[in-house]
Order: sequence, then C-alpha cells, then structure tokens
Amino acid sequence: MLFPVYWMINASFTTDQNLRKNPPNLFPIDGTLAGYRAVLSEQLPYLGTSLGVGLATVALTLVISAPAGYALAKLRPRGGGAVSFALLVSQMIPSIIMAMGFYAILLNVGWINSIPGLVIADSTISVPFGVLIFTAFMSGIPDELMQAALTDGAGRMRTFWSIVLPVSRNAVVTVSLFSFLWSWSDFVFASTLDAGGNQQPITLGIYHYIGNNDQQWNAIMATAVTASIPATILLVIAQRYVAAGITAGSVKD
Amino acid sequence: MTGRRNPGRASQWAAWAFLLPLVAYLIAFYVYPLYRNIDLSLRDYTVYTFVHGGAPFIGFGNYTAIFHDPTFATALVNTLLFTFVSLAFQFAFGMMLAVFFAQNFRLSSLLRALFLVPWLLPLIVSASTWAWMLNSGSGVVNYALHFVGVAPVNWLTSPHWSLVSVIIANIWIGIPFNLVLLYSGLQAIPATLYEAAALDGVNSWQRFWRITFPLLRPVSAVTLMLGLVYTLKVFDIIWIMTRGGPVNSSTTFATWSYRLGFGNLLPEFGLGAAVGNLLVAMALIAGLIYIRIQRRQYA
Repeated sequence: MLFPVYWMINASFTTDQNLRKNPPNLFPIDGTLAGYRAVLSEQLPYLGTSLGVGLATVALTLVISAPAGYALAKLRPRGGGAVSFALLVSQMIPSIIMAMGFYAILLNVGWINSIPGLVIADSTISVPFGVLIFTAFMSGIPDELMQAALTDGAGRMRTFWSIVLPVSRNAVVTVSLFSFLWSWSDFVFASTLDAGGNQQPITLGIYHYIGNNDQQWNAIMATAVTASIPATILLVIAQRYVAAGITAGSVKD
Repeated sequence: MTGRRNPGRASQWAAWAFLLPLVAYLIAFYVYPLYRNIDLSLRDYTVYTFVHGGAPFIGFGNYTAIFHDPTFATALVNTLLFTFVSLAFQFAFGMMLAVFFAQNFRLSSLLRALFLVPWLLPLIVSASTWAWMLNSGSGVVNYALHFVGVAPVNWLTSPHWSLVSVIIANIWIGIPFNLVLLYSGLQAIPATLYEAAALDGVNSWQRFWRITFPLLRPVSAVTLMLGLVYTLKVFDIIWIMTRGGPVNSSTTFATWSYRLGFGNLLPEFGLGAAVGNLLVAMALIAGLIYIRIQRRQYA
C-alpha cells in the first residue's frame, strides 16, 4: 500500500537520465536535488497561495459551522431536521457541478481568478461536513453545563463562546484539519475558477508540470512530495482526529 | 428530541440566530449555483452569450443532444464499470485489512495510521504518481511485469487499458476509507462472541463468515453506499491520468461534463451542465438510498 508513496519519493531524487533507465533504480543512488531546486525556484508562490486559501477556508468553515452545530445540537430550532437533511444531500453533489454554477456566478461578479472566489468554492466541500461534526460532538455536551452558565447570567452568545466552544476543542481540530486538507488538495475548483490568474494553488503548479511536453518527472514528483507534506504533518500530529473525523462524518447522523 | 423541553419563543429566536449564517450560506453558495447550473443546462450558450447574456432558452434541447451523442453510451458504461469495480475491490481489500488490524498486535495502530496516507494525499499527487508508475516506457509496473515474464502494457495510452489503469489507482486511494469504517465496525462486535465460538472449536474462516460478516452488515452497507456516492463523483484521478482518453476510453460522466464545460477552447456550458445534472441525479438517487438505510439503522 505504501509502495507508490515510496516510489514518488524515490523518483523525486532521481536524475532525469536515470528516470528513463530500464531497469529502474530501486533506491535514489547518485541522487539529485534538481527536482527540489525546481520546486524552490518555481513553486513557492503556488505553495503560498495554497496556504493562504487553506487557512481562509478553515476560518470561513469554522465561522459558519460552529454556531450552526450549536444550534442544531442544543437549541433545537423548529425546522432543524430539514437543515440537517439539506446538509446530507449537499454532500452528495459533485464538485464539477458546483464548479459550473460558480463559474457562471463569479464571472458576473468579476471574481473569476480571485482568491475569495476560490475560498468560497472550496468551503462548500467542508461546511456541510463541519456542521455535521459539530452537531454530533456538541450533542454530547451535558445540558447542565449550559444551564449553569445561563443561571449565572451568561447570555446564549456568551455561553457559546466561553463554554461550548472551548469544550468542543476536539471538534474544532477535526473540522479545521479536514477543511484545510480538502482545500489544499482541491483541483476541480482551482482549475475551473482560478486557472487564469497569477495567484494559483499548488495543485495547478503540479498540473502545469504534467502538461509540459518534456515531462520532468523528478520535478513533478518533488512537487508532489512537497504538496504532501501538510497531509503528512497533520497525520502525525492528529491521527486520532483523522479516524474520528471519518467515522463521525459518515456513520453518525 | 421533541418534548424534552418546550422551547419558548425567545429561544427559538436565539436558535435561528445561530443557524442563520449557515442558512444564508447554503442559499447563496449551494442553492443558487445549482439553480444557475440548471438554468445553464436549459439554454444554448456560446462564449459570447455566456459573457454578455441573452442565451436563448431551448428547453430540453441540450439533454436530447446529450442522449444522441455517441459518447453517452461509452460514458455510461465507463461510469458504471469504474464505480462498481472500484467499489468491489476497495471494499474487499478494506475488509481484509480491517480484520487483520482488528487482531491488535504490536505496532498495529502505527501501521493503521500509515495506511491512511494514500487517503490524505492530494488526489493530484496520487494520480501523477500512478501515471508515473504506469508509464509504458520506464514505469515500475511494466518493469515488475517484465520480471515475471509478462509483455509491457501501454497502460495509459491504449484504449483497452486506460479504464483499468484509472480503476487501479482509484482502488488504491479508496482502500483506507473502507479500512477505517470497517475497522470501527469491528470494534463494536463484542469479544465474548468470538470467545464462545472459540470454545465451540470454530475455525477462522467460519468465524469470519458466521460472526464477523453478518454482524458487520449494517456498517458494510453504509460503507458501500458512501463509497458509491464518492466514486460517482471521481474526476481528478481520471482527468489527470488519462483526460478520459484515448478516444473516450476512460471517459465518465464527470470527465465528460468537465470537458464540455472547461476542456475545450469553445466551451459548451449548456451541454456540460446537462451532463452534470444527470450525474447529480445519479448521486442523489444513491444518496437518498443511503439516507434511508441510515434512518432505518439508527431509528
């Protein structure tokens, strides 16, 4: 299962003429850093854009989904069931379809090839997921905790901000983790809504390399390795949240 | 949830105040784009009318054109093959690995975390890695085949193999997801059942078929349905590895829709949107079945 990952790392260190060799080198002997030099000289702006878009998507997702999760889990609004149902359905709509609608809208607003347009589009992947995670998590917070805050004279906003949100730290981490990863790796929205501008994310950086006629595979693979670093770091730091996220996002209602 | 406490008018207001950003968000960034997409599919767009407006309304003309397009049959067959073959293998491998990891040996949790890597990598990374491995000239897969005496295969450039290639990559990407869900399902099966079975002298094959598999059926159903919903949407992998080619041999509804809308110099948004809406319909049918299954389980 991990061989392709190894092979990607191996190729990223191999020189161009060795890449065409048959049989291939199983280890990067007399390896090169040319691929990584290409990344440093050509891909840094792409990586920066992806980082910015990722962080903005996390912020937008949290701002929308945490209060909504609180409302659905604890305040029990009439019609809340319909909202939950809409969220489940919205997760089933393919990104390409959203991309086409977004393209038409952003074109009218003049936001094609803009960072805000891409952030909004990317957030549509993570917001429904975020609300479902927050709802599932906040349902588990004992009502007494909130009642106590109300008795002490805290308003709902205060209760949410200084009781519910700190207690839900794990949910915040899970939602942030996934929304960052999804926006970092998004290709569909990037290639449809942001392919013409001068601030493009790293997925397009890789894509431009692939489209090149004389494909420099070590540069492609070095960029691929670099683009995988956030996923790897997040996996190491937060592996229990990852598993919890997949399970909570899909099995629980 | 109902009847626990009768929420007063004031708390209803508070509840909706917290929900309002989400509702506004859903309307602006889900409902409206989808509406625009349906509108696109019912009009005859050219680049000019797209930018300046005034595209004529042609009803279901785009849909009729799609159904009569020779690509339609190919894309339909490819979408179904891609989805069901991927699902079957992802599920089978995921199940094998879940049962394996459920034994809780030393290092099992570390290994399990490593198995998640393919799932967390950006799809463009996995897809280009597979494209490199399946490269016909210097790819490692052909080298391995040569090693066991099989002639090299033009994985990505032959119309016979392109669909197989993207399915292989997609199976690899989907295994971790199946592994995690099935593993969490396995954890919920009481160990006493296995102890009792061990006392009755049941072998490991019977243990799987008589205990694990039946008890895992609800989780399996959810895993497969979610897999179905996700696999129908797959676009990145196919587009990056083969662009749906050669000559449509790996085109699915997802890549066809993208190519019509964005892949040409002269975009045909109306047709692209029409194909896209067919895909939405398929995903929604699968999704509604999923919701029904879940309701029944947790009711």
